[in-house]
Amino acid sequence: MTEPRSVGPPARARLRAAGLTLPLVAFVGFSFLFPLGTMLSRSVYDPLVADALPETLALLEEWDGETLPGEPVFAAAARELETALGDRLAGRLGGRVNRVASGMRSVIVRGARAAAEAPAATARETLIAGDPAWGDPATWRAIRTAGERFTVRHYLRALDLDRDAGGSVVRQPEELRIYVPLLLRTLMVSGAVTLLCLLLGYPIAHLIANAPPRRARWLILLVLVPFWTSLLVRTTAWIVLLQTHGVVNSLLVALGIVADDGRIAMIYNMTGTLVAMTHVLLPFMVLPLYSVMRTIPPHFMRAASSLGANRRQSFFRVYWPLTLPGTAAGSLLVFILAIGYYITPALVGGSSGQLFSNMIAFHMQTSLNWGLAAALGGILFVAVGALYVVYDRLVGASSLRLG
Amino acid sequence: MPDDANYVEFKGVSKTYDGVTPVVDGLDLQVEKGEFLTLLGPSGSGKTTCLMMLAGFEAPTAGSIRVRGRPIGDLPPRKRGIGMVFQNYALFPHLTVGQNLSFPLEVRGVDPEHTRNRVARALGLVRLEGYENRKTTQLSGGQQQRVAIARALVFEPDLVLMDEPLGALDRRLREEMQYEIRRIQRTLGITCIYVTHDQQEAMVLSDRVAVFHDGRLQQIASPEGLYEEPMRNFVARFIGENNRLPGRIESIDGAVCDVRVGEALIQALRVVPAEVGDETTLSIRPERVKLAPEPGLYHNEFEAEVLDLTFLGDHLRVVVRLLGNDDFVVKIPNIVGHGAVIPGDRVRIGWTPTDCRALDHEPEAAPP
Ligand SMILES: Nc1ncnc2c1ncn2[C@@H]1O[C@H](COP(=O)(O)OP(=O)(O)O)[C@@H](O)[C@H]1O
Ligand SMILES: [Mg+2]
Repeated sequence: MTEPRSVGPPARARLRAAGLTLPLVAFVGFSFLFPLGTMLSRSVYDPLVADALPETLALLEEWDGETLPGEPVFAAAARELETALGDRLAGRLGGRVNRVASGMRSVIVRGARAAAEAPAATARETLIAGDPAWGDPATWRAIRTAGERFTVRHYLRALDLDRDAGGSVVRQPEELRIYVPLLLRTLMVSGAVTLLCLLLGYPIAHLIANAPPRRARWLILLVLVPFWTSLLVRTTAWIVLLQTHGVVNSLLVALGIVADDGRIAMIYNMTGTLVAMTHVLLPFMVLPLYSVMRTIPPHFMRAASSLGANRRQSFFRVYWPLTLPGTAAGSLLVFILAIGYYITPALVGGSSGQLFSNMIAFHMQTSLNWGLAAALGGILFVAVGALYVVYDRLVGASSLRLG
Repeated sequence: MPDDANYVEFKGVSKTYDGVTPVVDGLDLQVEKGEFLTLLGPSGSGKTTCLMMLAGFEAPTAGSIRVRGRPIGDLPPRKRGIGMVFQNYALFPHLTVGQNLSFPLEVRGVDPEHTRNRVARALGLVRLEGYENRKTTQLSGGQQQRVAIARALVFEPDLVLMDEPLGALDRRLREEMQYEIRRIQRTLGITCIYVTHDQQEAMVLSDRVAVFHDGRLQQIASPEGLYEEPMRNFVARFIGENNRLPGRIESIDGAVCDVRVGEALIQALRVVPAEVGDETTLSIRPERVKLAPEPGLYHNEFEAEVLDLTFLGDHLRVVVRLLGNDDFVVKIPNIVGHGAVIPGDRVRIGWTPTDCRALDHEPEAAPP
């Protein structure tokens, strides 16, 4: 006997269908939302110092911040530093405080050693004997700041801001501002790359969209082949071409266009970054444009010219507006990818061609200041999000055609 | 001095896309000023290609096209002064109705005041007053069609081309639009070249119809002329219903000839130049065949067997077996006293030689 089937899907079947999407939901959650959340939380949440020095920090709350703290504070600090040393935490503790005020790493570590190995009559004498900086209220201020569990410190630094002694937010002195100018430069480079991709990609997409099917397949293949090549290989190819004794320069010298000692610097600078990034990102412009152009039937252009429009008028009044969804989608895609680009500038950008993401990488891998790296990432995230909102307002996200 | 009778002239025009297959083959055609000419033919017979060559989107492989007495081979489409209505309307989807209509005026540099007036007038012509601010995508098929026509007319061309403009509309709307198109063309006195594969549409609209088949012009005549006096087997088959009897010419007497079909000898009009012994196909319209005529009335009179009978209101359609053909159709008007027949009856049928045309012999091909 088989069960009679009802016309609509029964609730159980619907549930089962929804259940099929569970792995996907879990995957997205695990591989995207979770790391993103962890990263963003790191930018505002750092419990290491607070967990290591709970008593000291509690006592410091009563402290006026101007005079040297009293003996109980020194005693608590010495005790907790000794424990931290035993737990092999002293170095990392020092590193955290060091980010607030440079030079603090050794102060903390020496203090901890002194507390563990050479206790004097008072805790105060012990620590100052370890490092005289313990006699300076600035050290204690740094510890107090580093001990904040939740902090906007990283964001302030990522925006080239700081707190003055009174705690109000001020801009860093001119010569210390690095992140905001770098962000602006990154935005400008991304804009330039987007524009270059559009200028190069539009005619290519048009050519492919209007080629006979066989040739169109070949052309699409040519656009896609770089996708199948390692990014590293493609970028390295540019080094071969553009370096001082590379193909292009040698050719120019051989043709007598530039002197042998006047070879042009085309790589390891901003030019290199622009050229290589445009090349790498070009397919992301061509594909959305192509997919939109393919749907524009030729009779629109014929109608325009039968109505009396010349080529320029037909293009700007009919073709261009009809390709706007593709242009917008391609530009958004290229811009967003460019803003977070990392490998290409790292390889061919030299020192002047570095972008925002390279700074994030630096703090992730070299300075190991993950909180700051996370804050920089958060700012990038907000910038991209804002861009998307603007796009949605202007063009409408539903018209996105990505290929 | 433009010659009104030769307003548009195709002279020996041929076109091939692949260099081998002719899509249009040696076309000679004159269109008179103010005329409504329809290019009629099955799909793939080269009608669109003819329009495209005239509009300037394709170049003839051979021959020349003149408009208003001047060769137009060197003129780009925008300078030919020809309005065009495309099969799928080709209304610009990103522009409103008003913007679509002002497009041809703006690219010509007409000032905004005039543009507004002329757009309003053109919309009035197609009875869409006040639709300026509508999106074209919000319009029904019939309304889009009207906008497309208005747009092709708004810059006041005296020659308008339409490529199957009603193909996408349903039957009722199509009939309504046929009437509208005809009215507009008469009102403005413009010359119109119209393409369709629908013979009924061609009959309703046209002053003259040019029938195409495989890239060749078969016959050009008024609708009555095409129906009454088809000059080629294809035309007889394509326009209206007809009976075809294959046979061989046995004797010729001026405009009349005797054709042997099986056992019988049928007297017919000799339409195409043919010699005794040539194969021919006789074409007889079903409504010109009389059922049970008075004896001796017709020269051609034969015995037939009724196979099938369909009642169609104003007439009856009788299928009979005649001279070995069992798809010979006779239409009899539903009037008092029509012969009451039933399948299986043996009847006599007859027709005059003038209603029976000996045309070229064509190997049987399925009519469209
Ligand atoms: N651009 C083109 N390229 C190649 N062949 C074409 C092209 N346009 C039409 N043809 C071919 O020419 C023939 C006639 O087409 P067309 O003029 O569109 O006929 P119709 O309009 O009568 O249906 C068809 O066989 C079609 O496949
Ligand atoms: Mg056609």
